[in-house]
Amino acid sequence: MSITIPILILAIPLFMFIFLGLCGKKMSHLLAGTLGTLGMGTVLVLAYSTAFNYFFSGDPLFINEAGERLQYIVFNQTWLQFTENLTISLGFFLDPISAMMLVVITTISFMVHLYSLGYMRDHHGVFEKGFQRFYAFLSLFSFSMLGLVVATNIFQMYIFWELVGASSYLLIGFYYTKPSAVSASKKAFIVTRFADLGFLIGILVLSYYTGTFNFTDLTSVPVAGLENVYQVSLSTPESVLSIFQGSAAPMFMGASVLTWALVLIFMGGMGKSAMMPLHIWLPDAMEGPTPVSALIHAATMVVAGVYLVARLFPLYLMENSALVIITVVGALTAFYAAMVACAQIDIKRVLAFSTISQIAFMMVSLGVARPEYHEGLGYMASMFHLFTHAMFKALLFLGAGALIHAIGSNDYTAMHGLRKYMPITHWTFLIGCLAIAGIIPFSGFFSKDEILSACGNYSTLVYIWMSLVAFLTAFYMFRLYYLIFWWKEHKVHEGHHAPHDQPWTMSLPLIILAAVSVVAGFIPFGKLVSWNGEPYDFMAHFDWGVASISLILAVVAIALATVMYRKENPLPDKMQAALPALWKWCHHRFYWDELYMFITHKIIFNCICRPLAWFDRHIIDGTMDSFAILTNKASEAIRPLQSGQVQMYVWIYAIGAILLGGITILCLI
Amino acid sequence: MDYSQFLIMKQEIALLVVFLLVFLYDTFMPRSAQKGLPVCTSVLMLILTVAGCLDCCLCSTDNQVAFGGMYETSAIISAIKNILNIGVVIVLIQSIKWANGEFMIMRRGEFYELLLVTLFGMYLMISARHFLVFVIGLECASLPLAAMVAFDKNRYESHEAAVKYILTAVFSSAIFMMGLSFVYGVAGSLYFANIYTAIYASPSIMLVMAVAFVIAGIGFKLSLVPFHLWTADVYQGAPTSVTSYLSVISKGATAFAFLVVMAQVFGSLYTIVWEWMLYALIILTITIGNLFAIRQRNMKRFLAFSSISQAGYIMLGVIAYNTLGVAAMMFYILVYIFSNLGAFGVIGAIENACGKVSMDDYRGLYKTNPRLAFTMMLAMFSLAGIPPFAGFFSKFFIFTGALQGGSIAIYVLVLIALINTIVSLYYYLLVVKAMFISEEECVILPFKSACSERLGMWIALFGIIFLGLLSPVYSTLIDMASVSQFGMYFLN
Repeated sequence: MSITIPILILAIPLFMFIFLGLCGKKMSHLLAGTLGTLGMGTVLVLAYSTAFNYFFSGDPLFINEAGERLQYIVFNQTWLQFTENLTISLGFFLDPISAMMLVVITTISFMVHLYSLGYMRDHHGVFEKGFQRFYAFLSLFSFSMLGLVVATNIFQMYIFWELVGASSYLLIGFYYTKPSAVSASKKAFIVTRFADLGFLIGILVLSYYTGTFNFTDLTSVPVAGLENVYQVSLSTPESVLSIFQGSAAPMFMGASVLTWALVLIFMGGMGKSAMMPLHIWLPDAMEGPTPVSALIHAATMVVAGVYLVARLFPLYLMENSALVIITVVGALTAFYAAMVACAQIDIKRVLAFSTISQIAFMMVSLGVARPEYHEGLGYMASMFHLFTHAMFKALLFLGAGALIHAIGSNDYTAMHGLRKYMPITHWTFLIGCLAIAGIIPFSGFFSKDEILSACGNYSTLVYIWMSLVAFLTAFYMFRLYYLIFWWKEHKVHEGHHAPHDQPWTMSLPLIILAAVSVVAGFIPFGKLVSWNGEPYDFMAHFDWGVASISLILAVVAIALATVMYRKENPLPDKMQAALPALWKWCHHRFYWDELYMFITHKIIFNCICRPLAWFDRHIIDGTMDSFAILTNKASEAIRPLQSGQVQMYVWIYAIGAILLGGITILCLI
Repeated sequence: MDYSQFLIMKQEIALLVVFLLVFLYDTFMPRSAQKGLPVCTSVLMLILTVAGCLDCCLCSTDNQVAFGGMYETSAIISAIKNILNIGVVIVLIQSIKWANGEFMIMRRGEFYELLLVTLFGMYLMISARHFLVFVIGLECASLPLAAMVAFDKNRYESHEAAVKYILTAVFSSAIFMMGLSFVYGVAGSLYFANIYTAIYASPSIMLVMAVAFVIAGIGFKLSLVPFHLWTADVYQGAPTSVTSYLSVISKGATAFAFLVVMAQVFGSLYTIVWEWMLYALIILTITIGNLFAIRQRNMKRFLAFSSISQAGYIMLGVIAYNTLGVAAMMFYILVYIFSNLGAFGVIGAIENACGKVSMDDYRGLYKTNPRLAFTMMLAMFSLAGIPPFAGFFSKFFIFTGALQGGSIAIYVLVLIALINTIVSLYYYLLVVKAMFISEEECVILPFKSACSERLGMWIALFGIIFLGLLSPVYSTLIDMASVSQFGMYFLN
């Protein structure tokens, strides 16, 4: 396989970032936007062709005779060589999940590029300030995200991981004149950065013991006779296994070092994927422009944590405890976020919490994947849900963007009864809701159903718990849907300023994504992506019991939402009055933000930061100051050396040479 | 005699051809065409550089010896020559405006001829494997420089600088020769290889003095403390183009030649004798260079002291005494060429436009000439070693190279070097502060720098920004160093 296309996939967005960043101001808004979109369109075509090539060409580099998919390193260039062993490479790694992610990222990114051409204007078609900057940042993000998924080693992943975080920061704070946006961007950056600290330590621990950064060394075995081709091995390679197992396995504080490393790495994933308790940044990140929320905070960046765990899955499989932690964190987060989503007023916040909940679904699904339960159904289901969720959640966000653009407010209280005014948005949004609720035949049904059957195999408790979350999901999504599009007619929807559907640049992505959300469930996903590359026929394992129960639950939830929210009625208020505490806690997101505020401001600032500040001001600054004074004094003292007299120069020269030899001789004797 | 031996010297011969072409142009072209000489020389050097780089990348050169072992070349040697060529091209481009000035009409040919001759001398120093050839190279690289320093005939400082330079140079040559005669007395030969075997790990008093004198002799050209005192006066007095040439090319070439001599002649005495000499010299050089740099107000004098302390960092690659150190040193020289020439490009442009060289005159430069100020800032950042500019990577690599040895003493040395980078940060940022933050009235009015000057600065900027990020450069150097002739002299 030639390396031209993979290089272009990374180079075009990077070039676009630099080009639009440097020259954007000099060109017209429309030109900058069109260029950015065309660039992304090119990347889309290239990424599709790469993924198609990988999955369907039947090339022996990609699939072996037994039909198992292989991992292929397209190129791997040494980037930094610290010592003989410690090198950091940058490369392009092609395997089922990275090929799938290429498709997801480029699809959503292209849709968002196109959509923003319409979204980032006001009602008179005037472009927003900083439009070119917006496209430059979008390109930067696409580049970073693509680099992340094709990383050949964990350090490259880390580099792009940080780049993704930085571009997310830039885009959340896009409206930098708005104080809330600025503080949201800071919050997102600090929280994820804090989590990345764990990630970095995890990487260092892991690589210290294994002596490698490469994924292929950690999780795969080379395929004989083919260069750069590897096969995932669920039983971890002997070289890694021997380090961590047996009596000499390194331990730290009662747990194996591998567990520590994996949990720390998972901590990085928790930050990016907004798992509890590091989820607090994601709802606030909705301050960014809505297309950004669709791209970064729904479809791509937030699933990086899931992707990370999936990438290292054979290692996680060695440590049951790490997987249990993932399951527990995921299950708690899923339930928590679903509860909170039922009580939010801002439609983007509802979607944000829904995203947290759905990502937690993927995490749980990875956490319950074991060889003994349907040969790792959970892994496949997680990746499948990642794929379908990216499509329908981006659709929902873009739909919400269209609503916000038309109404000028984020609250459903300002919307109500919009179905007649915005039919395209209405129908596409409904499809998104049906998909996420898990109604057959929409895509969400298939992926969620597989997650539930994987849970069911693992433990009944997890299954019931996650089914409950699925029930809540259907409920809050339809609550949102009815409150936006039904409830009561608004009085101001008259005349020229009545809300209406958006230009084609915004409608087209909605329609395309809606179409994908309808049919994506029928993709034979198991044949393409599975944890060991073997094709997995999930129809053979299809559990009709689980499917019908989840379907019934979803229908009941939708019915409940219909009763409560279809027409204006006092039922919701009564519910609220009946359970005031629950409403309050959910509405205030269980006071996590206040808890963090308390811990940081009251405890950390007072008990740790103040003494440190004192130490810094008096001890460290004092040392530095005296150092500077000393330097200055010394510099003053030796000034006469440079007298300007050449006789003196020669004298010093001669004495220096003789002393140099003389002292050495004295030392030798 | 086997004439194909001359082919081994292809780099020297190519340089000689360039020199002859420039000479013929200067002598026979009519008066009206003389103005094209600087451009013509730059283009010729550029062709030589590109050809050399291509040759270096495409054909792997093995170790080759010619003339009965007096001359040696290898991949790494041709690489360092190409690095020098790159620097020379930038210097030449930057000098075009100056060389075409009113004052230079009758003499620009001489400038280029002298410059090429010194470059030839440096080539010989690097490739010499016999002290006779080495001395010829050394003198060839030293004496014409005195004439170049005195090029601004009408300026008093230029004379003073030249006189100081020639007196110290002659004295250092004398010391160096004395060292050589000691060596000859001990070993009975001037071939590097013969001396190496004759003195293998057997220090005597005479030999120790010889090593000290050789270090002193070469240390003069590297401006190691305490053999550095000429540097500031000469850098200040010489024309800016000459100063930039002196500070990067001459220093880079000598540093490599120094490594060759120390490894291939005195390699067996590394731990016994000269590691400690060099150790002391590095500490002195870095610290004293920095302490003096703090007080300078004249930009050229300031860069003189900065370059003294930079030479100390370069020497870390020698004291590391392993292949990584060699690669790191070469990378350091390469990056140093770009960073320092970026700074000198700005200084030269400003000097040509309005004759100002004092740091006080740079106040508010950002307001009047933002691009020049920006270039200067990046050059300063790179010299100070602020990431992500190339200077950071070069310092980082040379420290890792030095730390490979792993003895406590080396750790202390690197620590001292690190502390000194903080001091250096202070004075480099002083320039940036003057340009960007000072609110006072601007002395330098807005002006448009010449096309050639801008081209030179662009090249330097390109190097400053991308060299650190282009990993293949450094890994190629590591590959070259690990197969080079040095491998057999290093201890491990």
